[in-house]
Amino acid sequence: MKLAAKLENLTKHYVLKSETVRALRGVSFDVPEGDYVAIMGPSGSGKSTLLNLLGCLDRPTSGAMYLGDANVAKMNDNQLSYTRATRIGFVFQSYNLIQQLTVVENIEVPLYYQGRLSKSDRARCLELAEMVGLKDRLGHRPAQLSGGQQQRVAIARSLVNDPYFVLADEPTGNLDSVTTDEILRLFENLNQLGKTIILVTHEDEVSAHAKRVIRLRDGLVQTDELTKNRIVLN
Amino acid sequence: MLWLRTWRLGIKSLLLHPMRTALTVLGIFIGVASVIWLLAIGEGISREAQRQIEGLGADNIMIRSVKPLNPPEASASAFILPYGLLREDYALLVETIPTIKSALPIREMRRMVRYADNTIECRVVGCTPEYAEVTRLSIERGHFITDAEVKVMQNHCVLASQVVERLFPYEDPLGRRVYFQDQKDYYTVVGICRDRAPTAAIGGSLDAQDFSNDVYIPISTMRKRIGDTIVMSSGGSREGETVELNQITLRIDSINNVQRTAELVEETLLKNHGKIKDTAVIVPLELLEQAKRTKMMFMVFMGLIAAISLLVGGIGIMNIMLATVTERTREIGVRRALGARRADIVRQFLVETIAMSVLGGLVGVGVGLLCPPVIDGARLIVKRVAPDMIAGLPDVVRDVTPIIVPASIPLAFCISVVIGVMFGLYPAYRAAQMDPIEALRHE
Repeated sequence: MKLAAKLENLTKHYVLKSETVRALRGVSFDVPEGDYVAIMGPSGSGKSTLLNLLGCLDRPTSGAMYLGDANVAKMNDNQLSYTRATRIGFVFQSYNLIQQLTVVENIEVPLYYQGRLSKSDRARCLELAEMVGLKDRLGHRPAQLSGGQQQRVAIARSLVNDPYFVLADEPTGNLDSVTTDEILRLFENLNQLGKTIILVTHEDEVSAHAKRVIRLRDGLVQTDELTKNRIVLN
Repeated sequence: MLWLRTWRLGIKSLLLHPMRTALTVLGIFIGVASVIWLLAIGEGISREAQRQIEGLGADNIMIRSVKPLNPPEASASAFILPYGLLREDYALLVETIPTIKSALPIREMRRMVRYADNTIECRVVGCTPEYAEVTRLSIERGHFITDAEVKVMQNHCVLASQVVERLFPYEDPLGRRVYFQDQKDYYTVVGICRDRAPTAAIGGSLDAQDFSNDVYIPISTMRKRIGDTIVMSSGGSREGETVELNQITLRIDSINNVQRTAELVEETLLKNHGKIKDTAVIVPLELLEQAKRTKMMFMVFMGLIAAISLLVGGIGIMNIMLATVTERTREIGVRRALGARRADIVRQFLVETIAMSVLGGLVGVGVGLLCPPVIDGARLIVKRVAPDMIAGLPDVVRDVTPIIVPASIPLAFCISVVIGVMFGLYPAYRAAQMDPIEALRHE
């Protein structure tokens, strides 16, 4: 099976004044295409560090991480930027839409940084907006949308570059239970369409929707198993 | 296409805070406007000086009689004071200085002139036929004083335009006779001059000359009929002066010789007049120097204003952009996460500063173009509110008409863009150097 991401013995050390913090001490796992993984762990477990590495926002101290054939660990800043623009879709807890831009312009941003914006790209943006149910809100600004709607825009944005995987960091952290269900249903639909999803969360109710749960503790993978009693909404 | 988007985004971001943007742009706008103004006013001063020199003749030297400030002791008791240029000086200069092409003696005085019921005070100028050519008078009808008239000392006169207007409101003056009240003498009008702009004053020794109130008569007639001595009685006491010539205008064979001849003339006269300073040598060419100095002063002054406001404007832009970068840390983080390279972030913020300074530049160019009407208006107001202040200014400044230099518009515009890039680079660099992880976490 083709892999969306492959992590080999990743470590990340931070040097703070006199002491060295070992945030990750050798993490290895594969994410096959079409998987739906939840990464969990208490605070201080290395969850955020792993998220930053998966999102190509940072480089590991040692080890290797492959997205396709490319080893992200060896990339320079511009290559990392390009990788983020082309292979990763981000969804954040606080949506992080750009306030000056309309819904459709926000969806386009990753394409803009790939240096392309053709007519077909524009059509694709509209398609995605329709898919997340915001077809009639294209010209609105983020401030005119509810939290759930903003998160839908963010999800559409994360898909526009056809990424290897969508990396969602506590995507329901700011939402009420009804909207949380809506967003999780959307993820489930996307996964059924073949999209790979990596979900970082500390809530069991959220991780219960994933196919597989990886638990971190003290910078190491504690457990990596398929979800028991998986909740399927559709 | 992508550049267009960057620009659109930049402008959108600026429009989020229109007031802030407008205030930030103020410094650039003043700087750019000053650049255009200083060049326009400088150009105006140059042209004005050139026009005045044309009016006076760059190859001319004027020697004027000047009433000595401290009359010599011997003549202090006499109530008639003799001073100034002598006919003897005239002959001496013409004979001894080879660079003089021609010399024109002039005697002038104020006289009451009457026709029918109208009496006005005029400047009566005794002169020779060359006068018209040297002072660039042109005749509308009739003829100027001729050699024959000078020779036979005829009672003929030529009137300036305003004299005609006031003495002959309803009649044709040609052939009529005007009455000189003090001498009880009649002069036949043989010519009328065209209207003429006054010339400038030079360095305090030559007043601005208004030719519109003149009556020209042959110099020989003046000597014979009026004489050299003028007596004025005021309040019971009588005062008088004897002046043979008020002015000698010399024409020099080449402009290069003007300065040297002027020095020579000065020396000759000083020797001849026993060290009494009762003459002044005036070189219109000096007007050019004077104008150059005034222009320099203006350029330095306005240049300073422009430089300071551009600097302050630039710092203002930098300040605001640094604040904006901090304010938008989160946005920078998001953009970096979505694939923006450092260069993309630099470009985004640089475009915003350039957009701001271009806006300032455009407004500045617009206000710069308003320079001529604004100067006119300001002059009008100052004239009405503080006439003394206007009178105290040098001529070139008082009468300046700013002329927009076409090249100053692209120049000023380029300056504003350069300022934008210069002061925008550092904030943009700061934005690009942010760690995306830190930036994303920023609240």
